[in-house]
Amino acid sequence: MVLQPSERYHRDWSHRRLGPWCSPTGSPAPLSCETGCGEGSWILVCRLLVPTQVSLLSMEEDIDTRKINNSFLRDHSYATEADIISTVEFNHTGELLATGDKGGRVVIFQREQESKNQVHRRGEYNVYSTFQSHEPEFDYLKSLEIEEKINKIRWLPQQNAAYFLLSTNDKTVKLWKVSERDKRPEGYNLKDEEGRLRDPATITTLRVPVLRPMDLMVEATPRRVFANAHTYHINSISVNSDYETYMSADDLRINLWNFEITNQSFNIVDIKPANMEELTEVITAAEFHPHHCNSFVYSSSKGTIRLCDMRASALCDRHSKFFEEPEDPSNRSFFSEIISSISDVKFSHSGRYIMTRDYLTVKVWDLNMENRPIETYQVHDYLRSKLCSLYENDCIFDKFECVWNGSDSVIMTGSYNNFFRMFDRNTKRDVTLEASRENSKPRAILKPRKVCVGGKRRKDEISVDSLDFSKKILHTAWHPSENIIAVAATNNLYIFQDKVN
Amino acid sequence: MLSKGLKRKREEEQEKETLAVDTWWLDPSLPAVAQAPPPATSSSLFDLSVLKLHHSLRQSEPDLRHLVLVVNTLRRVQASMAPEPTLPPMPSPSAAPCVADSLLASSDAALSASMASLLEDLSHIEGLSQAPQPLVDEGLPGRPAGGSPPSLGALDLLGPATGCLLDDELEGLFEDIDTSMYDSELWAPASEALKPGPEDGPGKEEALELDEAELDYLLDVLVGTQALERPPGPGR
Repeated sequence: MVLQPSERYHRDWSHRRLGPWCSPTGSPAPLSCETGCGEGSWILVCRLLVPTQVSLLSMEEDIDTRKINNSFLRDHSYATEADIISTVEFNHTGELLATGDKGGRVVIFQREQESKNQVHRRGEYNVYSTFQSHEPEFDYLKSLEIEEKINKIRWLPQQNAAYFLLSTNDKTVKLWKVSERDKRPEGYNLKDEEGRLRDPATITTLRVPVLRPMDLMVEATPRRVFANAHTYHINSISVNSDYETYMSADDLRINLWNFEITNQSFNIVDIKPANMEELTEVITAAEFHPHHCNSFVYSSSKGTIRLCDMRASALCDRHSKFFEEPEDPSNRSFFSEIISSISDVKFSHSGRYIMTRDYLTVKVWDLNMENRPIETYQVHDYLRSKLCSLYENDCIFDKFECVWNGSDSVIMTGSYNNFFRMFDRNTKRDVTLEASRENSKPRAILKPRKVCVGGKRRKDEISVDSLDFSKKILHTAWHPSENIIAVAATNNLYIFQDKVN
Repeated sequence: MLSKGLKRKREEEQEKETLAVDTWWLDPSLPAVAQAPPPATSSSLFDLSVLKLHHSLRQSEPDLRHLVLVVNTLRRVQASMAPEPTLPPMPSPSAAPCVADSLLASSDAALSASMASLLEDLSHIEGLSQAPQPLVDEGLPGRPAGGSPPSLGALDLLGPATGCLLDDELEGLFEDIDTSMYDSELWAPASEALKPGPEDGPGKEEALELDEAELDYLLDVLVGTQALERPPGPGR
């Protein structure tokens, strides 16, 4: 299905006022340092919805987008489980933002171009392209349904006019090409205007078809399908810095692919034991080094990270470096292993550090020091006394992601109650913000949130027992060079911007 | 937040059962550890973990990470519930060593029973690859009761359940079945030496005890499996 990029549906228009945007009242917040997180300096740019029904309605002519959006905002029944966003990723320039959802769809947003007339609109993202990446499948041999949920999207660096991205579900990786078409050939000899074949006997003259301009159209086409290489569920994909290969990791194996070859891949990590009885650890995430095409890391459910060098051997079962923090004996419990399980691992842009997310903390590791992280940030330590309940309701198994900002000075991760946290590595300041519909007045400054752990609850604080554990921010993304962040909360995509930007 | 030396009162335990975090069992120097574990908290966690394990295994394609973490947690809880063969006397009037013992025994029996029933269920679904395992597991006299083997059986199922026939380890499924009586005399000592694992010793004696009906069944299984075997797909 092809959609017009100029249609600005999926936008929360309800509070929009045309004209100069309102500046905040009162004294301005202190200027944050160049790329710091500051306090009170983040504003909501837009909230984007991807409800199922919108794509059907938009095919009708002359639809008043304001009408669509107002009706969707009021009627929650339009949002289905298929709309739950499962991955968010900016491309390398930050011009495009891709989301994948549980229904196997990919929606790409494009940044509004800066213009003199509408300077306040810069920083907003509009729908650029929507396509069905994966369909639900049925594995007949094992009688199993393969979920179409998009687990990860990774962009390739742009090398020509088209955009390329990898999207994956549990079993299959696909390479998609997204390209624009603004010209159309007219004047075929063998086809008429409607495309029907003409009887060759009726053709008496020949003409050269000409390209005529047409309304901009964005098409997505699957260029490669990398299938049948994973027995277990794919959790990560990572594009190599050589731009020729990429890897896909499942619970027990990591495979290396060449973009041009779909019928074979190289297995580079295999931790499956000969006897499945001995299985005690699985791979949870993997990523290539941003500059060294021979190095990659993978994390495990036991809280360890291994750095591997593909030059050492074909099968990287032996790591070059092994990162593990010794267990704190005072914090030991039955749940120690579960909360140490790493849910995400990300190299810094510099390639010098790695960041890992486990259930309660975010850790920054120096690649040159394996025995402990150099920084540890508590995301929601007030949950430490609730681990048994969280084990009972399975929340303890939630997999939160973490991201670096462009300069590696601030890190961000999600939490419950639609909270997300930012940690400034230089100033050691941190802030908790909320992505919620109640606070989603465009251009309004986000107010820092605070969780009260005990004793007297101040006004504006929320107590631990009031947290909504069904509202979790698992997926976030940070623009590669600017202070613009994308936060996914179920079927909503929030885009925030640093006010000073 | 968690004070090591804090001894919880019984009534507090009842109230905070679901929120308590057990740390006492790891540090032998703590006064609390000198007493046996309050059976209520550990066993409720144990039951919860077993429930989760069941639920996970009953899914058509279990989440491996979830499964592994639950199994590992279960192992920890089991280890804490039976640190020594004999439990120290408990000053607390609410629990007696015999109660703790019977709890452990019943939970192990329950676990074994549930594992056995799960194996049976899965054997209907997976058919061939499952069937030999319960025969061997339940029959071995040398296996220690309780402890790890029953819970390890859970991951046993993962091999065929998720590994599928595409995997090149079909022979591995039958590794613990001793086929030395089918091998020639020349090979019997070598194969014995090569085969790893604790099943080795009792396995050999066990094989001789298998009666003809079971052998025929195993042969049918092998023949049937080979019929379904297909070459590995691309990407291997």
